[in-house]
Amino acid sequence: MKLPSFEYLRARSLAEAWALHSDAGGDAVYLSGGHSVVPSMALRLQAPSRLIDISQIAELHGVELQDQTLRIGAMTRHAEVLANPLIARHAPLLSRAAPHVAHPAIRNRGTIGGNLALADPASEFPAAVLAMRAELEVMGPEGQRMIAADDFFLDLYETALIPGEVLTAIHVPLPPEGRLFGFDEIARRRGDYAMVGVAAQADMSDGVVSDASVTLFSVGVAPTRATAAQDALEGAPLSSDSIARAQAALATDLDPPDDPGFPAERRLQLARVLLGRVLTRMEAVQ
Amino acid sequence: MKVLLSTTVNGEQVQEAVLPRTSLADFLREDLGLTGTHLGCEMGACGACLVLMDGVPVHACLVLAVQAEGSTIETIEGLNETGAAADLQAHFHDRNALQCGFCTNGMLMSAQALLEANPVPTRDEIRDALSGNYCRCTGYEAIVDAIDTTARDRAARTEAAK
Ligand SMILES: Cc1cc2nc3c(=O)[nH]c(=O)nc-3n(C[C@H](O)[C@H](O)[C@H](O)COP(=O)(O)OP(=O)(O)OC[C@H]3O[C@@H](n4cnc5c(N)ncnc54)[C@H](O)[C@@H]3O)c2cc1C
Ligand code: FES
Ligand code: FES
Repeated sequence: MKLPSFEYLRARSLAEAWALHSDAGGDAVYLSGGHSVVPSMALRLQAPSRLIDISQIAELHGVELQDQTLRIGAMTRHAEVLANPLIARHAPLLSRAAPHVAHPAIRNRGTIGGNLALADPASEFPAAVLAMRAELEVMGPEGQRMIAADDFFLDLYETALIPGEVLTAIHVPLPPEGRLFGFDEIARRRGDYAMVGVAAQADMSDGVVSDASVTLFSVGVAPTRATAAQDALEGAPLSSDSIARAQAALATDLDPPDDPGFPAERRLQLARVLLGRVLTRMEAVQ
Repeated sequence: MKVLLSTTVNGEQVQEAVLPRTSLADFLREDLGLTGTHLGCEMGACGACLVLMDGVPVHACLVLAVQAEGSTIETIEGLNETGAAADLQAHFHDRNALQCGFCTNGMLMSAQALLEANPVPTRDEIRDALSGNYCRCTGYEAIVDAIDTTARDRAARTEAAK
C-alpha cells in the first residue's frame, strides 16, 4: 500500500530535531532507517503528519571504545553491527543476534537505535542489550540521561523515552576476559521474527558462575530478564544439573501469552529447550 | 509539499521535486520510467523491489525517495547497461531459474551483492542471502544452482587470469 501524506523534514542537529518535534505538538515521528516507520504507515497503523529524519545527526554515528564502555551510535545499521570488529570483541551478543535480525537487505537500512526505540517484543537486539546490562544514552531538550536497559523496556512497544527525546547511543560495559556468551532463537525461517529467543552471559570464577545474566524475547510484552533462572545458575558450576534447574526456573520467570495457535505451555517448553541449548553450548566452550 | 531530490540513478544525475510519501520504487517506476524494479507486497516482505543503494541492496518500497538524497542508486536497467551481471543473467536463463520473472530483478540484486561480498558462497549461504526474496514459481532450487554456477565460473576466471 502507498503511504498517507506527511511532511518530511531533515534535522541537522539534536536541537533542531527537538524543535521540529515540539513544534508539531506530538504529531511527529523520528525517522532513522525507516524500516518500521514506513511499513507501519503503509499499513495505516500510524499516520503522523510530520517525519523528522534524524539519520544525519553526528552524535548518532560511530562505534568507539571509551573508558569503560563501547559506545555504539544509534544510527549504526544492522549490517554494521554484524560486521564491526569492536562490536564482535566487546559486545558479542549483538554480533550473534544480528544474523537473526530480518533479511540482508533490511539489515542494510535498519538501525540499532530505531530497533531499540521501537521495542518490538520479538526483536533480538533489545534482549541482547538487556543481557549485556548496557546503558542507553538519551538526549532531550532537558539534557542527557543514561538509562539502564533494565529500566528502558517497559511494555509492548513502550520504552522509557519521553516524547521528543532521542536515543543517541548504546553503552556496553567492556566484558572481563573469559566471559561466556550465548545467543539463539527459534524461528520458522531464517530472518523471521522469533517464536522464542535467548540471550545470556556469565562470568566464571573458581569454576562457578559468578554473574549470570539471562534474558528472553518473544515470550511476553517486552524482553524479559529470567531472574529465577539466573539464581539457579549463580554460585554453581555450569553443568547439566544447574542447567536443568535454570530450565525449570523459567516457569517462575515467564508468563507467556496464550494464543490459540501458540499456547503458553508450548512457548514455555520452547523456551526451556532453547535455554538448555544455549547454556550447554556455553558450558562446552568454558 | 514537494521536496527537491537530487540523486544519481544508473550513473546519471537526477533532480526532481517529489512528494515525501513517494517511495523510491514509485519514483523509479513512475517518475523515471524504470519499471524493472517491481512492486509486490510494498512492505518489505517479498524482495521484488530491491535496488542497489550506495552499492548494497535495499528495498525500494521501504526507502522514501527523499531518503535517497545524495546517494547512488543502481537498478536492474543499470546492471543491464553495464553488463556487470550478464553472466549471472545467462546462468538464470540456462538453468530456467525464472518462470514469470516477477522476482528475478530482486533475486539478481541479492545475488550480485552476495557474490561481491562473498565470491564463493556455500549453498546455505546463498539460501541465507535470498531469505528475503520470494519466488512463487521456481521452487528456488534452480535459482540457487544458477548463482552457485556463476560463483564457480567467476572464481575459475579470476584464477585463470592470475
Ligand atoms: C520484512 C521485515 C522483517 C523484519 N524482521 C525483523 C526481525 O526479525 N527482528 C527485528 O528485530 N526487526 C525486524 N524488522 C525491523 C527492522 O529491524 C527495523 O528496521 C528496526 O526495528 C527499526 O529500525 P529503523 O532504523 O528502521 O527505525 P525506524 O523505522 O526509523 O524507527 C522505528 C521507531 O523508532 C523511533 N526512533 C528511531 N530512531 C530513534 C532514535 N534514535 N531515538 C528515538 N526514537 C527513534 C521512530 O520514531 C519509530 O517510532 C523487520 C522489518 C521488516 C520490514
Ligand atoms: S515490494 Fe518491496 S519487498 Fe515486496
Ligand atoms: S519466477 Fe515467478 S516469482 Fe519467481
